[in-house]
Amino acid sequence: MSKSKVRDMMKNEINAGSMADIAFLLLIFFLVTTTLVEDSGITVKLPPWSTEEPDITKLKTRNVYSVLVNAQNQLLVRGQVMRVEELRKNAKEFISNPTGRTDYAERPKNALIMLKNDRGTNYATYITVYNELKGAYNELWDDMSRRKHGVAYSEDLPVAWKKAIKEEIPMVLSEAEPTAFGKEN
Amino acid sequence: MAKFIKKRGKGSPGINTASLPDIVFMLLFFFMVVTKLRDAELKVRVVTPFGTELTKLEEKSLVNTIFVGRPVEKFQAIYGTKPRMQLGDKFAEAIEIPLFLERFRVKIPEAQRPKITTSLRVDGKVTMGIVQDIKTELRKANQLKINYSTKKRPDAL
Repeated sequence: MSKSKVRDMMKNEINAGSMADIAFLLLIFFLVTTTLVEDSGITVKLPPWSTEEPDITKLKTRNVYSVLVNAQNQLLVRGQVMRVEELRKNAKEFISNPTGRTDYAERPKNALIMLKNDRGTNYATYITVYNELKGAYNELWDDMSRRKHGVAYSEDLPVAWKKAIKEEIPMVLSEAEPTAFGKEN
Repeated sequence: MAKFIKKRGKGSPGINTASLPDIVFMLLFFFMVVTKLRDAELKVRVVTPFGTELTKLEEKSLVNTIFVGRPVEKFQAIYGTKPRMQLGDKFAEAIEIPLFLERFRVKIPEAQRPKITTSLRVDGKVTMGIVQDIKTELRKANQLKINYSTKKRPDAL
């Protein structure tokens, strides 16, 4: 008696009419939340504030990679006009100096990038330039990581590996106080 | 005993689902209200530039944001069209940054304070002058970990 009753109850399936609503709820919820995660960008560590002028007289000219960006968003790299598209490759070559040129960095360890912009420089240009310079280092780290450990460089590498790589090719990017020739908007 | 059995046998006890959509909608509205898109209403127009070397910002609770851009249309009558900075939910000057940072800092447990990141959401068309002033203030306030908010570039440079 009681057994047949249980079977009767099982026949009553759950009404699926509201499934669509639940699906909509999930859909809309995810639509809303996915717009949230565009919080990515170029992470930079600023140098601590000091009023002292840095002493650059000790640096050899061959080790300094100066990048100037003017208010017309034009690039002057080591005294020569350059398009931003060429910057990454050129910077990589300068830092690693595979052909042993005497006017490029002695060793990646000695290389120093000096970035200077104008107060009238477009922010997007500045970011592009910064991005390219950072990209140059990222590619160098990647090359080295592949050569040494056979894996691509990422933040998930063991700390010791990362440390060794960054010791060999440290990213030294110094930003000078900008000039104020151009017009600000 | 017999009484009980009789009652059950009478009709199939289906749950009335007529009110389920209402419950679901209630949940939907709850989430829509609770999930904030941003902490503050944007009073400046920000279209961040493109980049490729991006790092994701983890731990949103340790991130404070400075917006820079031109005021949106309804504020242009009062604030003009020159690029302005927005701290929290109001327009601000660079000089107010240290206080803003300190207010944020006190809410974070001391052990986590070195991990605080300032996200600079700057419009691509803004010139570097105002950004430079902000950077100087950040350095003076010893907030050195910053992130230039950028979108992923879809194509090659």
